[in-house]
Amino acid sequence: MSDQIIQMQQVSKWFGDFQVLKDVNLEVSSKQKIVVCGPSGSGKSTLIRCINRLEEHQKGKIIVDGTELTENTKNIEKIRAEVGMVFQQFNLFPHLSVVDNCALAPIWVKKMPKKKAEELAMEQLEQVHIVDQAKKFPGQLSGGQQQRAAIARALCMKPKIMLFDEPTSALDPEMIKEVLDVMVELAKGGMTMIVVTHEMGFAKEVADQMIFMDEGMIVEKASTKEFFANPKSDRTKLFLSQIL
Amino acid sequence: MIKNLNFLGKPNRDKLNLFISIGSTLFLLGIVDVTLNSFFEINITSFLPKWINYFTPILFGFLGLYYLRIDFSGNIRLDSLNKNINSNWFNSLLTLLIIFALIQNIPPLLNWLFFDANFVGETKEECTGSGACWIFIKIWFPRLIYGLYPNAEIWRINLSFILLIASVISLFYLPQKLKKYMIIFLLFIFPFIMINLISGGNFGLKWVETIAWGGLSLTFIISIFALIFCFPIGMFLALGRRSSTPVTRYSSIGFIEFWRGVPLITVLFMASVMFPMFLPDGTYMDKLVRVIIAITLFEAAYMAEVIRGGLQALPKGQYDAGKSLGMGYWKLHLLVILPQALKLVIPGIANTFLALVKDTPLILVVGLLELVGMIDMAKTNPDWLGFATEGYVFAGIIFWIICFSMSRYSQSLERKYKTDR
Repeated sequence: MSDQIIQMQQVSKWFGDFQVLKDVNLEVSSKQKIVVCGPSGSGKSTLIRCINRLEEHQKGKIIVDGTELTENTKNIEKIRAEVGMVFQQFNLFPHLSVVDNCALAPIWVKKMPKKKAEELAMEQLEQVHIVDQAKKFPGQLSGGQQQRAAIARALCMKPKIMLFDEPTSALDPEMIKEVLDVMVELAKGGMTMIVVTHEMGFAKEVADQMIFMDEGMIVEKASTKEFFANPKSDRTKLFLSQIL
Repeated sequence: MIKNLNFLGKPNRDKLNLFISIGSTLFLLGIVDVTLNSFFEINITSFLPKWINYFTPILFGFLGLYYLRIDFSGNIRLDSLNKNINSNWFNSLLTLLIIFALIQNIPPLLNWLFFDANFVGETKEECTGSGACWIFIKIWFPRLIYGLYPNAEIWRINLSFILLIASVISLFYLPQKLKKYMIIFLLFIFPFIMINLISGGNFGLKWVETIAWGGLSLTFIISIFALIFCFPIGMFLALGRRSSTPVTRYSSIGFIEFWRGVPLITVLFMASVMFPMFLPDGTYMDKLVRVIIAITLFEAAYMAEVIRGGLQALPKGQYDAGKSLGMGYWKLHLLVILPQALKLVIPGIANTFLALVKDTPLILVVGLLELVGMIDMAKTNPDWLGFATEGYVFAGIIFWIICFSMSRYSQSLERKYKTDR
């Protein structure tokens, strides 16, 4: 059990009267790749945003890398530095060039010397194949390039876990592939990943485990093969029949 | 009437040259009529009945523009003219009225300012022309700039402003590395050097009481200090107003709403009359310092709301991204949020700064005399009664120059920091 890097126990969350997460239990072991899918409004995004406490959970327990998420700000910042996140809307910092976007957090959060941080940034940009765009501003890049820059920015913090919140949903179909390719490479490199996505091709290729959520609950949790070949609940069957 | 005159039919391309020549002749005739009238008081249409006579330039111009209004004339310049100032009868009428108003008003203005004005001389009696008496400004100039500062010590004000200008100019030529230190020096050390130099009292400099300070230099001193301090205070208030801690939030809201709700003139009056009563016995705070603090806090409240506007315009994703990289509150705000928010509200910040500079004359009510205050004093001097207009025009021009340069600077900043989203 000790290699379980994320543990969520009986996690519940409400937005006002509306319960978005209902007693969610989830264990993620190191280097595991999990794909979360489900209809919109099912709480997928909220679930992974709870892991680095962009959303607070109100009941239950979340333990990330041995540290429990509580009000303690120091703990939260420590966990956030270890957990990288990629957003649907990229959320690059528009006032900084791509390389500065990547180097910002290493310099100020990890206190890395500026020169070293920039080298690291270039290295990561090389990995996502946009090193030639390093000096440009985010606004001058295509959506796919921006999302890859965002992945590089998260990787610069050398995270143990990467969270992806619908990383390809805001992209043109042509650009989805370049982003997914980068994610596949990342997965093959042994990163622990939790991905919220509707890209089932990607899920089949990469995921160890599939999670299907509906109405704030985990409806089905199964190995990828099992999930696609032999879904158990009717809700999952319906969902799969509609998107495949 | 227009219908009857329009025997040539609707202007069109076929008889382009004819229409252009008729149109421009009529239009020019209208202009010439007004010009002769206003510059030389000659009325070329005086043979007509009086009521027509009055409208002839408009009539000529209107018909001229009508004939010039040729669709797709093929002449790019004529087309763009037609599109912009002559697209229909109403626009052509407005164009004419504006042109005529300018012709009518600019000559008298120039006459008053320059041609009939007196520049040479030493006394009021030498102002013989019907225009402005700039001798008044000339004689009072040192007072308008330095107030009642002793003449022998004026070099201290000059020196501090020369230093200020020199260090600002040096900013443009210094390498990036030194620039940072220069800005810190300018913002945090220089103001105190400047105050020390001007007030004196040590290093062998004679003490000059603040009551003797005045004129344009006082305008600058107050503006510079208030600008430097109101900006960070406003920033903290803006952040405080958005804080999740109720104590911080409500005290920020209370502070902002209090200062925004009170007229500046009241604040100044309180600062100079009421505030000393609350000070413990034996402590003393200079009136000028009190006034600067009052103006600073007053403008900081406005600044806070301007900056809050910028903060609210940022998408939530920027906060998420910063947080997800492990940034705490201050890192997030200083590195990610504020640089973007401030860039968005450069026009608003410039607006507040301009308002601040233009609010400084109000310190008149507490007996401090900056530029406008000095003019007020000069115009009531028994030797120089009756030159209020010149004084206020002069003050207006000076303030306009200051504010216009600030506005241009803010525009260049906007361009400099423009990055596409």
